[in-house]
Amino acid sequence: MPSPKAARHRNPVKFGVLAALVVLLLLMVGPLLVVAINAVKSPADYAGSGPLSIPTHLYWDGIVDFWNRVNFGQKLWNSFITSLTVAVLGVLLSILNAYALGIGRVKGRVWFLVFFLVANLLPQEVLVYPLYYIGKEIGLYDNLISIIIIFTVIQSAFGTYLLTSVYSEFPRELLEAASIDGAGKWRTLWRVVVPVSRPTLAVLFTFFFIWTWNEFFLPLIFLISNDNQTVPVALGVLQGDRMMDATTTSASALIGILPAMLFFLLFQRTLTRGIAAGAIK
Amino acid sequence: MASKTKTASRGYALYLIPGVIASLAVIVVPLVMTVYVSFTKWTGVGSPRWVGFDNYTRLFQDTLFWQSFGHIGLLILAMAVIPTLVGLFLAAVLFDYVAKNFGDRWAGALRSGYYLPQVLPVAVTGIVWGWILHPDYGALNRIFESIGLGGLTRNWLGDPDYALYSVMAVMIWFQLGYPIVMFMSGLSRVDPELYEAADLDGASWWQRFRKITVYMIRPEFYVVMITTTIAALKIFGQVFVLTRGGPSNSTLVPSYFAYKNFFEKAQVGYGSAISTVLTVLIIVLAFVFLRLQHRAEESK
Repeated sequence: MPSPKAARHRNPVKFGVLAALVVLLLLMVGPLLVVAINAVKSPADYAGSGPLSIPTHLYWDGIVDFWNRVNFGQKLWNSFITSLTVAVLGVLLSILNAYALGIGRVKGRVWFLVFFLVANLLPQEVLVYPLYYIGKEIGLYDNLISIIIIFTVIQSAFGTYLLTSVYSEFPRELLEAASIDGAGKWRTLWRVVVPVSRPTLAVLFTFFFIWTWNEFFLPLIFLISNDNQTVPVALGVLQGDRMMDATTTSASALIGILPAMLFFLLFQRTLTRGIAAGAIK
Repeated sequence: MASKTKTASRGYALYLIPGVIASLAVIVVPLVMTVYVSFTKWTGVGSPRWVGFDNYTRLFQDTLFWQSFGHIGLLILAMAVIPTLVGLFLAAVLFDYVAKNFGDRWAGALRSGYYLPQVLPVAVTGIVWGWILHPDYGALNRIFESIGLGGLTRNWLGDPDYALYSVMAVMIWFQLGYPIVMFMSGLSRVDPELYEAADLDGASWWQRFRKITVYMIRPEFYVVMITTTIAALKIFGQVFVLTRGGPSNSTLVPSYFAYKNFFEKAQVGYGSAISTVLTVLIIVLAFVFLRLQHRAEESK
């Protein structure tokens, strides 16, 4: 895209600005790069040449040892199945709520929206003890199902809030056409409303999945046995025992970073679109 | 006709039933229980004993409680104020300078890089920085030593004089990308003709930044301020992983204070009072922000 100004601004200042921004980028990404190069470095190599040197050879033992020590495959699976279920159920619940509030405009809809907004803003500390107590009473403590139920409700509070504003501007002609064709509310929801709003639903799904994956506080309290922990809990609790050396710590950090990076690359488009949608609500 | 719309609306209300039941079970009942328990003395077993406002009077005399809220003040600076101001400036530079002089690709790549810390689980952020800032084997002290600045090495997270500032620095790093992405998406709504007209009038970059950029993205500005301030009030994960509130309570925050009372000290009534106060504060703050935003929109 040639711009008339580009020619006018061909001066050192222009590249100074860019250089400053690239330095800032290195400061932001640098810690992650340092983690990556030290995760594949042997302890002797780290002791000898420090954190900034390139590894003399690739050393995978740190990662493999850590993976086996914490049974990381199990943690990944726990995180994956929890996040996926919450994302699916959370989107479904948001759809039902938003259908009633945004399209149905049921009585008292403003109060419902205020309620869902507040539910989303509440600090989890104010819910945690009763949830912990109830969980123990009904035998769902230390069980992934408890976390799935809780986060489905918390995430769908946000989903309802966002999706209702989308649905209140849903094209009325489409709804009328469906009702002329004899479709009831249930059919209209699944045959017209859901297909048309699929982009927004994809954004919600992505948000719910990543947010649930990253959750720490409630899983820390609910998932205490080794076999039930999610990735952040397993890593966060381990950080407490300071028995690890530099390369093991960076190995553990790296295997925590990789799944998050993978989602980021997979969902980057949806995420940027979703952030934009969140801003104008 | 009127009765017809009424039945129509009742039909839709059925769709709210699952959501309402689920919210009652997971949000309303626990919330009411916590508020009730905050007026009792309870260890978590047996039945709670009603003590009226005792927990609250104790709370307001507790120096640790005031300390933890003081720390939140500094964390709001690190998580809301600084990232918003710096993010506003960087978003404008990326959108209005880098994209025009070097192309959208550069602006997009820089934006993604700055946003990267936001996608990491908070616990992982804690591990990364816990290692970098570790006094013995951490990368930062090793780097200082290797470039001859050994005098700068510190026990970043273990020294009560520096621990909170170290956590603040980590939080600035963590938060910066969020306002940049939000503000850039806001700026994409701005009509390019506005900037061109300002250019023709001979406005400087700074004038355009103040008169056009800042003015146009006020909606995003409010959203960012609300969400980041509330995130600062709720902070738990990073503090848990980096410092566990220490050393000697120098990084204690309300949520960790409540957690300690619930699960380490078995003072459930007191912990409930802390989290109730925190909740009231968050809701009041959100309400104030929403009013401000509403007023700003009406004055347009």
